[in-house]
Amino acid sequence: MRRHFPPLLELTHARLREFLREPEALFWVFAFPVLLALALGLAFRGKAPEKIPVGITEGPRATATAEALGSSPGLAARVYEARAGREALRTGKISLLVEEEGGLVYRFDPTRPDARAARLEVDDALQRAAGREDPLRPRESRVAEPGSRYIDFLVPGLLGMNLMGTGMWGLGFSIVNARVRKLLKRLAATPMRRSEYLLSQMLARLVFLVFEVAILVGFGWLAFGVAVHGSLVALALVSLLGAASFSGLGLLISSRTKTIEGVSGLMNLVMLPMWLLSGTFFSWERFPEAVHPVIRALPLTALNDALRAVMTEGRPLSALGLELGVLTVTGVVSFLVAVRVFRWQ
Amino acid sequence: MPPHAIRCEGLVKRYEDVVAVDGLDLEVFRGECFGLLGPNGAGKTTTIEILEGLTSPDAGHVEVLGAQWSRDGHALRERLGISLQETQLADKLTVEETLLLFRSFYRKGRDPEELLATLSLGEKRHARVGKLSGGQRQRLAVACALAGQPELLFLDEPTTGLDPQSRRDLWEQVERFQAGGGTVLLTTHYMDEAERLCDRVAIVDHGKRIALGTPAELIAQLHATNVVEFATEPRLPEGQLSALPGVSEVHAAGEGWSLGVRSLAETVPALLAVVDASSARLLTLATHRATLEDLFVAKTGRKLRDA
Repeated sequence: MRRHFPPLLELTHARLREFLREPEALFWVFAFPVLLALALGLAFRGKAPEKIPVGITEGPRATATAEALGSSPGLAARVYEARAGREALRTGKISLLVEEEGGLVYRFDPTRPDARAARLEVDDALQRAAGREDPLRPRESRVAEPGSRYIDFLVPGLLGMNLMGTGMWGLGFSIVNARVRKLLKRLAATPMRRSEYLLSQMLARLVFLVFEVAILVGFGWLAFGVAVHGSLVALALVSLLGAASFSGLGLLISSRTKTIEGVSGLMNLVMLPMWLLSGTFFSWERFPEAVHPVIRALPLTALNDALRAVMTEGRPLSALGLELGVLTVTGVVSFLVAVRVFRWQ
Repeated sequence: MPPHAIRCEGLVKRYEDVVAVDGLDLEVFRGECFGLLGPNGAGKTTTIEILEGLTSPDAGHVEVLGAQWSRDGHALRERLGISLQETQLADKLTVEETLLLFRSFYRKGRDPEELLATLSLGEKRHARVGKLSGGQRQRLAVACALAGQPELLFLDEPTTGLDPQSRRDLWEQVERFQAGGGTVLLTTHYMDEAERLCDRVAIVDHGKRIALGTPAELIAQLHATNVVEFATEPRLPEGQLSALPGVSEVHAAGEGWSLGVRSLAETVPALLAVVDASSARLLTLATHRATLEDLFVAKTGRKLRDA
């Protein structure tokens, strides 16, 4: 048998082994975010712009109108019998209906963006067919650069969400489980230094982190060409700080809880608002401006923003004072409070 | 070296609505195996956890190996081996990993290899804790308690729920530890365990010590070597029973009676004659050698298991 290592190493090693021997945990930490990125990346991948469906009511000029609209690349036109045309418009099958009542009438709902686009395209096509000459003819240059796609927005968000989830669950679940099984009490009955136990839980967490970040970032790069524009060192440091910060929060949440159900509830209470508010799947700037200060103070917002700044915008750490500050304060304060109030039995 | 391994006086611990420990005094000498005996809820676990420094008492004085928890807690932990009731070690770790983890907490200690051999866990060294039988788990718990080469070993209900063979294996380990000069404090609600292992026993009930002495002394307090338990329909009056020859104690036991007697040969024929004469019907009749269990019944009027 090998000789034993110092307690901090033995504890960290034990925690790592426990984690690696838990197939479900491996799935949630490593496979789940990759599958989520794959699903969302495919769902929102860049496609050729869709044609806007428009309708034409039967009448003397219907054929000519259909021909004019058919020549426009952005429109898909179809002729309807009068009642059927209104029905198609009402149910959203078409965005705009061209009717004849003396002259031409555009019937559409101006609150729908696709309807307003249809109005412009249809009018353009019909005016040109009627002989309008455009005085200005600008050239179009279309943008589809990596960095501006949804998947480029999504990957850093998923990374942040995953760092939060594994940091909090990884510590919280393992600690409360050890408390329920009275293992914490047994450990407290040895000369083990109690701070070393807490530290080992965080250290083990930081070891998984390396793989977690590498797998998700590597997958984004290989499958969707999501590049890291900033430095890898900056990415590593932001991830490390984020993971440490959420480990602290996980430690705090589990510091006194006596049941698995209790800690699950607390975890959800803390994480659910952040999933929604912190700009994982869509930008938090869509929320009313009045709540922006609150959202920006959330650690997941700070982590997501910092990861995006480094990955998509290539900004240096020095430009991320607020975000890094929020993460540091969250981590340090929760760790210190957790150590003070921690319950060993 | 002071002769005491443990000394506590006037120990009190209250929980919200119950007094778990109610003014308990104990002295455990070095090299002895001392048993805390009592029914579930008697305060045994609270007492042992106060002595282990895991629970602080509301009142009273505790001294363990000449040291006090408030002053030398950390140094004291190096010298104690502890097996708690109901601790579940990490399921996903192997026997060997668990033992090395516990060994790492102590500055000096026993060779894990030798411990595995001593506790017959050598073949299971690579097995995960979650796959072990109850007896193997309990042996591993004891191995972890011994990892730091303790002077004093605390065992809280070490054989509860084990099969007879595992219990005997564990008893052997305790005896071996004691033979090496160690002191043992154990709690149990098995009388045979206490009689077999303990040099001295304290019987506790409702947080109070109700008897103290060697198992032989305590049984001698009964003034009876055997116990006759019987039930009749209808029930015989108590006066008639205490008048029987050789009967020293009469206790109601469930539907029937329990008699402490000097000699079965003297009392049983007389008892049967009384039953015949009273034309009552004998429902059950059993006899056994007097045990600590009978002392508990004599002192409290209840049986240990269902108390």
